Amino acid sequence: MTFDAGGAHRLSPRVGLRPEPFGALAYHYDTRRLVFLKDPLLVELVEALVHHPSARAAVDRVVADAARRPSFLAALASLAGSGVVEPQHATLRETA
Amino acid sequence: MTATEPTAKRTADTPVDAEQLPAEGDEVVVEDVLVEEISIDGMCGVY
Amino acid sequence: MTTKTPPLAEQLKSGLDAPICLTWELTYACNLACVHCLSGSGRRDPRELRTAEAKDLVDQLAELQVFYVNIGGGEPMLRTDFFEIVEHSVTNGVGVKFSTNGTYLDRAAAERLVELPYLDVQISLDGMTPEVNDAVRGEGSHAKALEAMGHLRDVGFEDFKISIVCTRHNVDQLDEFKALADDHGAQLRITRLRPSGRGVDSYHDLRLTNTQQRQVFRWILDHPEVLTGDSFFHLNALMTETGDPNLPGLNLCGAGRVVCLIDPVGDVYACPFVIHDEFLAGNVRDAGGFARVWRESALFTELRQPASAGACASCGSYDACQGGCMATKFFTGLPLDGPDPDCIHGHADEALAAVAAGGVLVPRPSQDHSRPGTVGVALTRKR
Repeated sequence: MTFDAGGAHRLSPRVGLRPEPFGALAYHYDTRRLVFLKDPLLVELVEALVHHPSARAAVDRVVADAARRPSFLAALASLAGSGVVEPQHATLRETA
Repeated sequence: MTATEPTAKRTADTPVDAEQLPAEGDEVVVEDVLVEEISIDGMCGVY
Repeated sequence: MTTKTPPLAEQLKSGLDAPICLTWELTYACNLACVHCLSGSGRRDPRELRTAEAKDLVDQLAELQVFYVNIGGGEPMLRTDFFEIVEHSVTNGVGVKFSTNGTYLDRAAAERLVELPYLDVQISLDGMTPEVNDAVRGEGSHAKALEAMGHLRDVGFEDFKISIVCTRHNVDQLDEFKALADDHGAQLRITRLRPSGRGVDSYHDLRLTNTQQRQVFRWILDHPEVLTGDSFFHLNALMTETGDPNLPGLNLCGAGRVVCLIDPVGDVYACPFVIHDEFLAGNVRDAGGFARVWRESALFTELRQPASAGACASCGSYDACQGGCMATKFFTGLPLDGPDPDCIHGHADEALAAVAAGGVLVPRPSQDHSRPGTVGVALTRKR
């Protein structure tokens, strides 16, 4: 499934997101995958996703430096690929 | 339970659109790699 | 303007706010007396955490967001509150992976385990035949382990683990272990033998020869689906000889940095292979509980300082092998800032010779819980 930046997303409820000084650790309890978020701003972005109508809107709001937005969008795409973030309408079946 | 098969224990997979990449001739901009996946089989003591 | 964050391994070496996971030995009681037991288990310690304390510890770990615990022992299923503790853990956000010799994993237990969310089981086995296995783990232990595996398979428990400690005597059976795991829908895990616990005495009989180490390195590269827990990262030095890639993994000693051990009486050690006063960080019963030990203990603070390569600085392999395993160096009497005794280049040979000549005091475990009538560990007198 490709990442749709125009869609609404959220942190997966199957993931434990734990802040660390460098950003955060995200652990997916179903897949047992461990992902490092290497920027505290990315953590803020991931937590803000659920409050925005699209991933792109969240990035525009949270990432003030426009030059950095592509990196953050790419990061969200990567996190979607590993199941850390998911579409807001995702059902349990889709995310297992 | 889902079996996982990480092909590499250290991955920095950041799929990007071509338009997001710096254009040729621009000042060198090191793209942030903001996400890194680590296998839990890849640190001694974690298993 | 972009920022360059330090390599991930460097960040992990300086420690995390909480462990990713940790090993929790529930009890020193065990029905077996494996000759290499890293915890020297056998007899229950009367000071063991009581049920309420164990559940409170789970609550502390949940609050810290420790993602999961690796429960072991001794034989954890010997605790009468085993299921109570496990169920409390998985229902409160702390996953459980537990390690067992399988003796008590009967059909009923398997049926109970397969129903629990976030629970992984690891069956210990050290030989494909009773001859090889039972010489290390005791008579009948091979049969019990295989029975337990059969129960897990029969109830549909997918992806349980079969964990082997690689020894001189089982290293030629790796392909068979893999087939055994495949037959059971299980994942194979192989780990490095350390001279810890009762292992201090059996190490010399069981350790891999130099040739066998190369054999294992090759085998791991050929079987990327087999788990190793990164416990063979000291062998990455071979890549400078053979041109092979590093073994996948971070080459990271996680002790006191991303993991630690909590023992049955609540003592917190840097890792399960250094149950010794030198690597004791504190106790969960102390004021501040586990969080305080993890974040403020002098030992862990020290382990999280950048380490120099020491005697390994001039060796081109150091980046790959990181000087090897702290626990293995400690219990063979080698300095921690020098080569691993299994240094594939032989750089530890001189130091090992000095130890063999009797010029060096070799640490012994600080405690021994072996059962009377079994081969225990001779302890050193505490200073």
